[in-house]
Amino acid sequence: MHPAPSIVLFTVLTGLGLGQMAWLGLGLGPDEGLFRWLACALALALAGAGGLASTGHLGRRENAWRAFSQWRSSWLSREACLMVAAMAFFGLYAAIWCLGGVRLWGLGLAAAALALATIQATAMIYAQLKAVPRWSVTPTPALFLVTGLTGGLLANGAVSGLVGAGLAGAAVPGWWAALALAVAAGVAVWWQTSAAGAGRASQGSSVESATGLGFMGRVRSFEAPHTGSNYLLREMAFEVGRKRAFELRRLGAVLGYLAPLVLSLAALGLGGWLMVLALVAHVMGMLALRWLFFAEAEHVQALYYGKR
Amino acid sequence: MTTLPETTGRKLGLVIDLDTCVGCHACAVSCKEWNTGGTGAPLADTDAYGADPSGAWLNRVHTYEVQPQNGPAQMVHFPKSCLHCEDAPCVTVCPTGASYKRVEDGIVLVNEDTCMGCGLCAWACPYGAREMDPVAGVMKKCTLCVDRIYNQNLPEEDRVPACVRACPTGARHFGDLGDPSSDISKLVAERGGYDLMPEQGTKPVNQYLPPRQRDAWASELGGCDSAPFNLADLAEPETADNAGGFLGWLDKALERIG
Repeated sequence: MHPAPSIVLFTVLTGLGLGQMAWLGLGLGPDEGLFRWLACALALALAGAGGLASTGHLGRRENAWRAFSQWRSSWLSREACLMVAAMAFFGLYAAIWCLGGVRLWGLGLAAAALALATIQATAMIYAQLKAVPRWSVTPTPALFLVTGLTGGLLANGAVSGLVGAGLAGAAVPGWWAALALAVAAGVAVWWQTSAAGAGRASQGSSVESATGLGFMGRVRSFEAPHTGSNYLLREMAFEVGRKRAFELRRLGAVLGYLAPLVLSLAALGLGGWLMVLALVAHVMGMLALRWLFFAEAEHVQALYYGKR
Repeated sequence: MTTLPETTGRKLGLVIDLDTCVGCHACAVSCKEWNTGGTGAPLADTDAYGADPSGAWLNRVHTYEVQPQNGPAQMVHFPKSCLHCEDAPCVTVCPTGASYKRVEDGIVLVNEDTCMGCGLCAWACPYGAREMDPVAGVMKKCTLCVDRIYNQNLPEEDRVPACVRACPTGARHFGDLGDPSSDISKLVAERGGYDLMPEQGTKPVNQYLPPRQRDAWASELGGCDSAPFNLADLAEPETADNAGGFLGWLDKALERIG
């Protein structure tokens, strides 16, 4: 599948912001000082920026508002509605917390639940597509949820690290972040292991089933319908860059999990500011891995072209 | 709403005869011609006369080589367009309500006025039947020529999809596949019409009729026993050495006596 930069950015940034909202809504972080202001602003900014990025690939942006209408059937519509609801609930919770100094736990819980539901809906946009087995037969919702929660924890940790060493320990102790990263890496390995077996054949799709000609013999694409490229090939037979998938995945694992894990533990002794580096490394790693999530996914329609 | 109707009054669709199709692409060209001048945005092309032409088409003709276990390979021309699935995954994923399946006849359509061009429906379709218009930025797909089949301004023989009207070999049939007594349903039953990618669970309305096996090695045909069947033999003129019939018998008989 074509890894549009707008979609890679959208899924990574909203995951981060919503993960942050979930932790803050659940009561993480100290009540005093700059932390609450910066953390709430960052969470809303990340989720908002991600939401805006998602409109980057639309053909008709003026119709984007209609995406709030089909929540009864469409995961993309549910995602849009939940995103706005999560940001509204969290915005209210953040305003009362920052301005009034009171954390309304009921409102916080609702914001956290909505944030997690939004990440789930984002994952379901991809996990619902039977035509892309690499997304539909793998634990994609678990991957997105754990990735978002880990990123959110690191982002909150980075904010507490920025606003002062004194608060760093209280907000997000480095060992919390390290534990979350270890769990996230485990889930990523679990997803990757199931993705390895999630070829198009895993659902019984082949050029024989696609054409229905398997009863006669072995089927091979002899001639494509057109000599040039087209939307179907650009969008759903994305073969560029898969050659370097192994190197990119290794880079993603080191930057996304290993480096932040080491930095989080180092932050315990050397100071909270290292959490900022941990966050930056993690986001870069996640961008690489999310790019691969799209680039490596094969669509069954490419079988008609004899392509992957 | 982009929920699917429980049932549709009729199930209009196409039946494509892979035995008859000669791969001339007339259906694809006729489709492009009709739909670029239709009620929606034109079916645009980019760099149409340049080095890298590309564009939106609603019907494309693939060609496959099928290699049987024993026998010569066979060429199969394979036109592919929207199958107007009963359980259309492209419809339910649509966030704006632009994609819908008509209750009255089961045709799957896109409302170009409300489509935001996100492309998720094209991702959801296992058949590659939806293409984004490169200029208008809206999703395009086969409309089953909804602007022809009910069009009272056209002569009656033209009230079929453009591809069906254009096909010079009669390889494309149009009708109600939900009515078992319709000509098209009888044709499907008679010829063993099948679904594409049944494992995807989309329940396509369009059906494909299988090609008949055209050639086989002579040993498969029977009658020639173990001798390899040589087409050149048929064209070879009779000579004294290979004469058949009475002369051949005489030749062999004299040889035995001699």
